[in-house]
Amino acid sequence: MTIGAARELRDGEVVLVGVGPPNAAANLARRLDAPGCVLVYESGAIGARPQRLPLSIGDDDLAAGAQDLVSVPEMFNYWIGGGRIDVGFLGAAQIDRFGNINTTVIGDYAQPQVRLPGAGGAPEIARSAGRIIVLLRHSPRSFVGELDFITSVGRDLHGPTNGAPGSAVITDLGILRPCAEDGELELVAVHPGVELDDVREATGWPLRAREPLEVTEPVTERELSELRALRVSAEDE
Amino acid sequence: MKKAGRIQPLPEAVAALVRDGSFVSLEGFTHLIPFAAGHELLRQGLTDLTVVRLTPDVLFDQMIGLGRVARVIFSYGGNPGVGSLHRFRDAVEHGWPRPLALLEHSHAGLANAYVAGASNLPFGLLRGYAGTDLPEHSDDITFIDCPFTGEKLTAVRAINPDVTIIHAQQADRQGNVQLWGLSGVQKEAVLAAKHAIVTVEEVVDELTPRPRAVVLPSWVLDAVCHVPNGAWPSYAADFSVRDNGFYSEWDAISRDRDRFTRWMEDNVLAADAPVGAPVVAR
Repeated sequence: MTIGAARELRDGEVVLVGVGPPNAAANLARRLDAPGCVLVYESGAIGARPQRLPLSIGDDDLAAGAQDLVSVPEMFNYWIGGGRIDVGFLGAAQIDRFGNINTTVIGDYAQPQVRLPGAGGAPEIARSAGRIIVLLRHSPRSFVGELDFITSVGRDLHGPTNGAPGSAVITDLGILRPCAEDGELELVAVHPGVELDDVREATGWPLRAREPLEVTEPVTERELSELRALRVSAEDE
Repeated sequence: MKKAGRIQPLPEAVAALVRDGSFVSLEGFTHLIPFAAGHELLRQGLTDLTVVRLTPDVLFDQMIGLGRVARVIFSYGGNPGVGSLHRFRDAVEHGWPRPLALLEHSHAGLANAYVAGASNLPFGLLRGYAGTDLPEHSDDITFIDCPFTGEKLTAVRAINPDVTIIHAQQADRQGNVQLWGLSGVQKEAVLAAKHAIVTVEEVVDELTPRPRAVVLPSWVLDAVCHVPNGAWPSYAADFSVRDNGFYSEWDAISRDRDRFTRWMEDNVLAADAPVGAPVVAR
């Protein structure tokens, strides 16, 4: 999934990065074919150049090497809300067929079964970034017919622009993209070895699949070795 | 009468400015989180607090887990890169050790609420929240029409804490403060509050201006306290490093109610618990 996400980024794009897999994906892309990507972290770092994979979005190493550090109000008002982010990464506990995302609660808000972390930067990133990449494992518990809570909106996600791919939901089974006509997520590719039926079973709504259904390129030696190098640098604390 | 950020011991500043039931902001976005000051609130037995931070982080997990918080205002309640804040979740899911009221925002919403507070305006303005379920659960988020274009926008009620507490790198002997690195909403939180306490890594004769530093003159502060390592396990750029190992360990320490409570008694509440230093597990 990390490698799939790294492949989505075009050189020179301004990428808003979050914790976890998005962190790895964006940093991997810089090591591969998008070395000119500008990494922005909502904590305030613009043009971050971390030497090692940060655990949090406010790690010292991240701040120290950045081109600029701005306040959080400035980050959300001028840089994110102001429409200066080309690609925003989002995580999700639940996602629906239109890319609406839940990271707030499973169950009832007042008395939840599971209290999730909450919105963070997601609502602004979802509505203001040029396009969105969501990374999550594919299961019927995550890909649901109806969200327990709408934390951020999968707005009218547009299709490919300027040679860059459109928004994407990348899972361990394949890649989904919003349909240009009605914004509904469609399966466009499966990973090698995955069958369409596997993906349908793992999705909590009648999943549309594009024809012909593509198969993602197998992971290359180069991608794998760069990803390993990144991970080693992260453990090297 | 103008304030004058007088240099004084932390226990004295907290005793003078914070009461049971106070509305307290303890800001620092991953960086410069005022852990030592937060722990002093706990040591003085302060309770029934309304607390606000964009990211509750381990500090609020600790305060909530000890039952000192009646209400929390926040926008992201997770342990970044690690997982859940178990004490926060236990309070919300099971009301342990006491029911916890929530006022929930997004980062942009809460940041703009602080901006409004610092500007002495009644609300902050942004585009967010439309189409989400957050406004339904908050009296502090509402929609308005732009008086010039008619566009539907979001208004968030201003935040004005009774006391804001932050941590910074340096103060001079007059109580002027300088902080640098990721500054989060620290300046806004200080200027939005009625009173402000700053804990600092060091006190110097004169502040040397640094690129992109945030300066808070002593006349907007009530108290400045010398607390070296006062951000641990968070960090202060150029003084300490984020203790990522501890943030990971916190997941295990805080999962179980009894283990958490014992840890807090031994390492924070005990009279001889070291202030602001990395703790050796006992």
